Amino acid sequence: MNEKLLRILPNVQKPARYVGGEYKEIIKDKKEVDLRVAFCFPDTYEIGMSNLGMRILYAIMNQMPGVWCERVFAPWGDMEEAMTEHGLPLYGLESGDPLTDFDMIAFTIGYEMSYTNVLNMLRLGNIPLHARDRKGLNQMVFAGGACMYNPEPLADFFDFFCIGEGEEMTPEILELYRKAKKEQWSKEAFLKEVAHIEGVYVPSFYEHVYKEDGRLQEIKIAEGAPERITKRIIQNLDSAHYPTDMIVPNLEIVHDRANLEVMRGCIRGCRFCQAGFTYRPVRPRSPETLLQQAIDSLESSGCHEITLSSLSTSDYRELPKLAEEMLDYCTPRKINLSLPSLRADNFSRELMLKLQQVRKSGLTFAPEAGTQRLRDAINKNVTEEEILETCRIAFEGGWNNVKLYFMLGLPTETDEDVLGIAELVYKILKTWRAHASNKKRGCRIHVATAYFVPKPFTPFQWEKQISPEEYIRRQRLLKENMPSKSIEYNWHAADVSRLEAVLARGDRRLGKLLENVLAKGERLDAWDEYFNYQLWLDAFADCGIDPNFYTVRGYEEEELLPWALISDGVQEAYLKAERKRAYASQTTPDCRTQCSACGANCLLKGGKCDG
Amino acid sequence: MDRILFEKTGKAVWMSHLDTMRLMQRAFRRAGVLLHHSQGYTPHAYVSMPLPLSVGTESLCEILEYELDSKLPISPEQLNKVMPQGIRVLRVYDSPIKTKYLTMLQAELTLYYDRGVPEGTAERITELFAAPEIKVVKRTKRGPEETDIKPLVYSASLVQKEDRILMDCMVSAQNPPLNPLLLVQAIESLLPQCKPDHATCRRIEVYDDKGNPFR
Ligand code: SF4
Repeated sequence: MNEKLLRILPNVQKPARYVGGEYKEIIKDKKEVDLRVAFCFPDTYEIGMSNLGMRILYAIMNQMPGVWCERVFAPWGDMEEAMTEHGLPLYGLESGDPLTDFDMIAFTIGYEMSYTNVLNMLRLGNIPLHARDRKGLNQMVFAGGACMYNPEPLADFFDFFCIGEGEEMTPEILELYRKAKKEQWSKEAFLKEVAHIEGVYVPSFYEHVYKEDGRLQEIKIAEGAPERITKRIIQNLDSAHYPTDMIVPNLEIVHDRANLEVMRGCIRGCRFCQAGFTYRPVRPRSPETLLQQAIDSLESSGCHEITLSSLSTSDYRELPKLAEEMLDYCTPRKINLSLPSLRADNFSRELMLKLQQVRKSGLTFAPEAGTQRLRDAINKNVTEEEILETCRIAFEGGWNNVKLYFMLGLPTETDEDVLGIAELVYKILKTWRAHASNKKRGCRIHVATAYFVPKPFTPFQWEKQISPEEYIRRQRLLKENMPSKSIEYNWHAADVSRLEAVLARGDRRLGKLLENVLAKGERLDAWDEYFNYQLWLDAFADCGIDPNFYTVRGYEEEELLPWALISDGVQEAYLKAERKRAYASQTTPDCRTQCSACGANCLLKGGKCDG
Repeated sequence: MDRILFEKTGKAVWMSHLDTMRLMQRAFRRAGVLLHHSQGYTPHAYVSMPLPLSVGTESLCEILEYELDSKLPISPEQLNKVMPQGIRVLRVYDSPIKTKYLTMLQAELTLYYDRGVPEGTAERITELFAAPEIKVVKRTKRGPEETDIKPLVYSASLVQKEDRILMDCMVSAQNPPLNPLLLVQAIESLLPQCKPDHATCRRIEVYDDKGNPFR
C-alpha cells in the first residue's frame, strides 16, 4: 500500500473505507488489461456501496476481458485535508493508482446536491475540470445515473452522458473506446462516433443560445449529431446481468444487506415523482429468477438481511408468491426479509405486520399531502381510510410507532391542505387511543415535511417552487397546529431544497456557478456538517446568476427547456395533460387499471407495457 | 469453547473491532456454517473477541469465540476461502481455557524516523521504560486522566535499525488492558526529542498467567 496513505490512515475517521481489499473485490493483472475505468460515486463509500446501480455496472464492466473497473468515492473532509497535505491524489480503491492513470472516468450521479463532489473528485484526481481542456482520448469523463436526464449544469465538465439504463450501453461505449484507442483516433472522432450509440448525449455538439431575458432561445445542433437523445432501457430484466457475487464491505454501509430489484418502473404515476416517469415502462423480474438471485446473493455475501426493492414493491404482481417462498428460505436461516415502499393495501398490510422491519421501526407512510383533494392533484392514490385502517391493525397488534412523510409547497396547495396534515395526525392519534392494545409506552408519531422541488420529466416540470419564506410560513403554520406536543415534527431545511430546485432544472450557465462555489471550498453538500448555504449565495452573486430564475419563476409551457432534446420516452403532451388534470384535482388511473398512453411503451420491442 | 485463531494484517487492519465481528458473522455464513443465534425479534449470531484490537494495529494472534447449535467440523481453509484480504485463519479449535486467563500480550512497535534515528534515542527510551513510573494522559470516558502505565509494562527491549527502532514489549492484556501504542504516546510526551514521525504496532502473541501461549 502507498506509504503516504499508511501515514494518513491512522488519523482519519473510518479508514477502512479508503483501502479496498474487501471480499469479492475485483483485482486484475495490469498486464492483461488494456482499458482501465475509474468508476466514481460522488459521495462517501458508505453511500456509494449502497447503490445498486453502481454495483451492477461494476460487475458488468469487469466482466469484459481486458477491462478493469475500479471504484472511487468522495473522501470525507478529514481525509481530503490529509490527502491534500500529503500530496496524495484521488485513487482507485482496487489498485491505489491515481485517477490520471485511467483511460476513462465514469460517474454515476443520482442527486443534484452531489454536483460539487463530482467536480471536487476530478480536482482531487488532478483531472482538468473542463472537457475542452482534456485533449486526446485519455481521461475521457462521462456520467450516467438517475439525475442525468437533465445533465446541463454539468455539460461543461463531461465529454458525454449516458441517458437511461447502463447495462447494455456501457459495454458498447467501452468497446468503441477500445477500438478508438487501438486505432489512435482523435477525441473529436471518438465523440462523433459515440454520439451514435443510442442513449449517448455529447453536450459539446449542442450549442445553447439564450434570449435577452435569460430564457433559452435555441439549441444549435452540430452537423451529424442526433436531434434527439432517447434513453436506453433493458428489454427483459430476467436476461439482464445481475451480479450475485458482490463486494462485501469491510465496514458498515448505509444499506448493509443483500438487495434485489424486483422490477423497474412504477405503475402509479405520482405527478411529483421523477423516477416514476423516467423509469418507465414497468418491467418485472420473474419470481423464479428473483428467488434464485436471492439465494445466490445471500450465500455469496453471508448477509443476514435481504431487501426487495423497487419504486413500489407492493405493485409487484407476484409479491405474495415471492414473499412466501423467500420467507420459507429465510426463516430457518435466521435471515430478515425487508420490503420497503409497501403500500397500505390489504395484502401489504398483512405482510408488513409479519415482517421484521415493522417490529423494529414501526409503520411508515408517505401520504405526501394532507387532504384528499391535494392527494388527488398529485395523483398519490392513498386514502385516509387505508392509512387509518392499517394503523388500527398495527396498534391492536401492539405497535405504537408511526412515521409520516409529507411535502409542503405542492402545486395548488392552500393552508387548508397544510392544516389537513395536522388533522390526519390527530385522527391517527385518536385511532391509537381507541385501539392500542399496549398503551404503556405511549404513541409515537413522527411527521416529516419536505420542501417540494419541481423536477424535469414530470407533469410539474414547469411549476414554480414556492419561495423559502413561504415554505417556512407553511411549516410554522403546521407546527403550531400539531394536535399534541408529543408529535415529533421534523422539516427539511429550505436552503438545500432551493438549490436542488435550481440544479434540477438548471441549464449550462450553472457550470460556472458550480466551479465558483467549489473554489470557495464547498463540497459534501448533502451533509449538514459541510453544507454552507452562504457560499452558494456568494457564488450566485459572483456569477450574476439569480436563483429565482430557476425556482419561483416557473417555466412557460411554450418555453424551450434546457433538457428539450432528451427523451425518457414519455410524451411531453402527456405531461401537459397530466398537469391539467392536477389543476382539476383529477386522478389518473394506475397503469394496471388502465394504460393512459404516456408513450413509454414505444421503448419496448412489441410495445406492450406490463402495467 | 469454540475458537478460531487468526491473523489480521495488511488492508484488514483498518477494520474496527465491531466491523471485524460483523465480518466473522458473515464469513461463517459464507462458509456454510450457521452460528448459534440469540432469541428475540432481531436474532444475532454470537461471536466475541476477548481483546478488542484497535484500528490500525496488526495482529498475528487474534482469537474469536463462537457458538454453534450443533457441532460440525470446520477447517481454516473453508473460512479462508471467504475472507477479505489480510484475514487468515490459522486454527479452528476447541479450548477448555477460559478467556479470563488471557493475561499478557506481546507486541512489536516500530518507530519510524524519516531523517534517521536521532542520536541517543534508543538509550533515552530504554531509560524511560526502566524508570519507576511512566505517567501518560489517557483519554477516558470521564475525560483525559493521568495514569501510571509502568505496572502494566512487563518488559520492553529495543533494536535500532537505520531509520527505525523496533521495540518488543510485553504488557498486560486484561484487568486492566494496556494498548501498546500508549508506550509510543509516553515517548512522544515525555521524550519530545525522540518523537517518531510514524509508529506502527503489531500483536505477536498472547499468553496465559503461566506464560504459555493462550489458545
Ligand atoms: S404506456 Fe401506459 S402502461 Fe406503459 S407506462 Fe405509459 S401509461 Fe403506463
